[in-house]
Amino acid sequence: MSFWKRFARNRQAVLGMFILALVILMALFAGAFYPDDPFRLAGKPLAPPGTSGFLLGSDSLGRDVASGIAHGAKTSIMIGLVATVAAVFIGVIFGALSGYYGGKIDDALMRVTEMFQTIPSFVFAILLVAIMKPSIESIVIAITVVSWPGVARLVRGEFLALKNREFVQACHTLGMGDIQIMLREILPNCVSPIIVVGSLMVATAILIESGLAFLGLGDPNIMSWGFQIGAGRTMLRSAWWVCTFPGIAILVTVLAINLVGEGLNDALNPRLRERQ
Amino acid sequence: MSDTTSQKLLDIQNLSILLPDGADRRYAVEDISIDLSPGETLCIVGESGSGKSLTARAVMGLLPGPKVRVGDGAINFLGEDTTKVTPERLRDIRGNEISMIFQEPMTALNPVMRIGDQIDEIFRFHVSMPAKERAARALQLLTDVNLPDPAGIMRAYPHELSGGQRQRAMIAMALALEPKILIADEPTTALDVTTQAQILKLIKELQQQHHTGVLFITHDFGVVADIADRVAVMQYGKLVEMGTVHEVLNAPQHPYTKGLIAAIPKLKPRAAREQSKESVLSAHGVRKTFGSTGGFSLFGKKDRVVHAVNDVSIEVHRGETLGIVGESGSGKSTMARCLIRLMDIDDGEIYVGDQEISKLDRKHMRPHRRRLQMVFQDPFASLNPRIRVGQIIAQGPILQGVDKEEANKRAKELISIVGLEESAFDRFPHEFSGGQRQRIGIARALALEPDILIADEPVSALDVSIQAQILELLDKIRKQMNLSMVFITHDLRVAAQVCDRVAVMQYGKVVEIGPTAELFGDPQHDYTKALLAAIPGKDWQTEDVA
Repeated sequence: MSFWKRFARNRQAVLGMFILALVILMALFAGAFYPDDPFRLAGKPLAPPGTSGFLLGSDSLGRDVASGIAHGAKTSIMIGLVATVAAVFIGVIFGALSGYYGGKIDDALMRVTEMFQTIPSFVFAILLVAIMKPSIESIVIAITVVSWPGVARLVRGEFLALKNREFVQACHTLGMGDIQIMLREILPNCVSPIIVVGSLMVATAILIESGLAFLGLGDPNIMSWGFQIGAGRTMLRSAWWVCTFPGIAILVTVLAINLVGEGLNDALNPRLRERQ
Repeated sequence: MSDTTSQKLLDIQNLSILLPDGADRRYAVEDISIDLSPGETLCIVGESGSGKSLTARAVMGLLPGPKVRVGDGAINFLGEDTTKVTPERLRDIRGNEISMIFQEPMTALNPVMRIGDQIDEIFRFHVSMPAKERAARALQLLTDVNLPDPAGIMRAYPHELSGGQRQRAMIAMALALEPKILIADEPTTALDVTTQAQILKLIKELQQQHHTGVLFITHDFGVVADIADRVAVMQYGKLVEMGTVHEVLNAPQHPYTKGLIAAIPKLKPRAAREQSKESVLSAHGVRKTFGSTGGFSLFGKKDRVVHAVNDVSIEVHRGETLGIVGESGSGKSTMARCLIRLMDIDDGEIYVGDQEISKLDRKHMRPHRRRLQMVFQDPFASLNPRIRVGQIIAQGPILQGVDKEEANKRAKELISIVGLEESAFDRFPHEFSGGQRQRIGIARALALEPDILIADEPVSALDVSIQAQILELLDKIRKQMNLSMVFITHDLRVAAQVCDRVAVMQYGKVVEIGPTAELFGDPQHDYTKALLAAIPGKDWQTEDVA
């Protein structure tokens, strides 16, 4: 059965994929629907949804909430993807070297990994952004730094299990070099779990970014969902729409990514496939 | 009780077991009728996928439902149809009246429960008796299955016992309530031959004492010859032949049975061949120990050191096949991996031709890799599932500097030499069966045109008919390319068929080495004698099958 057929068997995953596609389209066409800067004062402050030409209302400074959500989608998705790709890259290198060589290299690399893991990840991210000054780069770096250890541990485990398989030993007897064995023989066999973990990491990255922005540690020049919630939180009782709609956007996006991740797991994990 | 001999214990009539939709066939088991009398041993024989295990599970109501289920037919156990009884009654029958022993005792026993408690559990679920009496019964059972120090074993956890001891404990549990039927699903397949012989003897003895009906599932005709009264042969879920052990083994009627029996390696050592004196591979005083070396032990715990290979010297001549036989833990696989430099040795010397290789680092070893190649045991683990077959084979020559075009051309040739379609070149390993994969593994090893092929149990994961084909292929190639072979196996029948000389290993040492015919005809060492005596069905094979 093809990969897509297996993926499509999980209805929830397909739903997640659909929502995610909508969010991505929204991010891509934000500029077309809302050509103006989302920080621009567009009209009356604190207008409820549906009034004064605001689809989802406006905040205390008269900024359009709907425009903010559309432009914020771009920020969230971009940060999620870039931070995840960077974290997977670092994690794979650490995990592969440590699992493949074992011994002292493994000890050294894993102690470093644990050092990162012992600090609560969100607190660590806040610390990093505070030190580096809030900007989009520093946020991506902070998210990468707190999320690569998980990938490293996963990849290390896969490499540990695979390096003693007979097909790897056969490569040794052919005289293949270490780098080639790691990249060509072992890595392709652990792509599936990496994809699954990576997809879930995108969701976590979006959450961390929103959290940072909510605390006022976001990039001040870039609109994001977390920033909107942070800006509206003091008026939650008088102007509920300022916080609520960006909150729903985060909820739906993260949920969609998680559903897709689960679906990928079902479709890519051969053991689960047999169980059905 | 009325006349028990005339009454059938188990009478399976026209049983069919359905497979889930989309499986490669509709029925796992189709229209099977089998019966079993008290005190009788019925062996169900067949290759993998023949449905023999599912038949046994159906009797216990242990089919992996809901998709795999009984489609049709009846399983009559003393007049009761176990496919129709209530789940409560079925639970009562299991363990109490029909019990089962499995292939892998390590997974069938609960690893976090003491053996004594596990036996106790059976009594608690099925009969009411005081704790003291239960303990006494459990102790008696462990004594009955000839376990040493039964009181100690009561307190032991499964991992503290050896494979054979675990299987004895399983048998003790199975027989705890004196069931009328014992179902044994490949109970000795995971065990060494000497242990297997003991377990078979034990089952036989206990059966005679308790007049139990035994349904014995196996793929090994040697075991059948030793233990069966009657034999049922299964293929693709159908019963192809049934009869007394004498009828089926010595005068098989169905072509499938005939083929299977013909494929069993004969215990007759191969005829001696002209020997070359040229040494292509030799090892002198090789030692390899395992254990936590380096690293300090914080709590002063003594490191456990295992001498996997202890002062082994062997020599292989050009064109010769040297067999290394032994049971699990004898160090034979470690020796193979040392010879091919997958492991570094602690002490000793290894020569390929007149080049010493054991001290070479990886870079200097690389040019010599070509001369030594290996065929692995597990055809499913030895091929990278993500790489196409053609590349798997061509990889070696390309690494050694052969032009890519040239290597691909050679790979195609090799694919046909090992008897596969040329279209295999662009396919992935998972599209092939176990035997075909082993052929691919052989082609990969041959691609470098080695002088010496080291085969580590190359046929032990294969069905007997496929096994015969692979052995034939190896022999053909050896002749064609004038290869020398080191053939590691635990199966003495296979060793007798393919090896010119045999080295017997025990506890990391070679205890006896000599030409196959001499070693089989006149073994000197006690261990060799014990191994030869334990070969299942060794009396049967002397009567040649017509």
